[in-house]
Amino acid sequence: MIVAVTTAEKYVAAAYGIVFLVVLVYVLIIALKLGRLERELDELTGLARQRREAEAEQREQVPVA
Amino acid sequence: MGLHARENPLAALAALAGLLIAASVALTFFYVPSDADQGFSQRIFYLHVPVAITAYACFAWGAWKALLHLWKREPGADLESYVAIHQGVIFGSLTLLTGSLWAKISWGHWWLWSESQLVLFLVLFLFYAAYFMLRYSVEPGPARANMCAVYALFGVVLIPISFLAIRLANQLIHPVVFTLQGPQMSGSMFFTFCVSLAAVSTLAATLYHVELAGKRIDSRLRELRELLA
Repeated sequence: MIVAVTTAEKYVAAAYGIVFLVVLVYVLIIALKLGRLERELDELTGLARQRREAEAEQREQVPVA
Repeated sequence: MGLHARENPLAALAALAGLLIAASVALTFFYVPSDADQGFSQRIFYLHVPVAITAYACFAWGAWKALLHLWKREPGADLESYVAIHQGVIFGSLTLLTGSLWAKISWGHWWLWSESQLVLFLVLFLFYAAYFMLRYSVEPGPARANMCAVYALFGVVLIPISFLAIRLANQLIHPVVFTLQGPQMSGSMFFTFCVSLAAVSTLAATLYHVELAGKRIDSRLRELRELLA
């Protein structure tokens, strides 16, 4: 079945398509950014955990008077 | 649902934007009658005009936040101004793209340099596009925030000029729909326009808050990295 599409319909569809595409690209960029923030958060959590463990070790090594 | 909306207002805003966009598309394609003069292509109006109004609103919001930064030293106002202008530039580019498509089908031209409304909107768009060049050419800090705020405030002058240009210009190829006598369209057309405007502005508000949340998390992570270093 072939549906005849007029030039006006093509232009209206193109206008809506462009807006949809731009919003989609924007959401994609935000998703990539969220992924980066998650990786950074993981890295900082690891760093904070290492620091806490190092401090705990130091506390154990301090001689009791 | 009510509890979830209170706990996560951003998700509720996104859901509302989705509903309004669906309603707007349905009304535009299945409810509103075709324009007697322009026919089917006039339906671009329900996308182009709300997108343009949203772009103006984003620039105005960015300028307002810039004023709050300079006047009251409101914390975070600089970031909010930046995000609003970023949204304004996105919606501004969409205005230019959808406007060009409408111009081509209605006037037979992608762009007309003789039309003040078009040229002034382009000037406004380029002015705010240049905001990012300024922002990323200066080291982050209070000086950059002040410079960007002053720049954002200068640009706001162009908004009423761009908006009123069409009413002051002699060339009237660009249609005037909203006059002092009210909207020059039927009730169903005005209703569809209002729903479309609500849809686009809710979408812009959602994107604004999502981007702002991302920027705030980014800045806090940077602070945390400095504390742990």
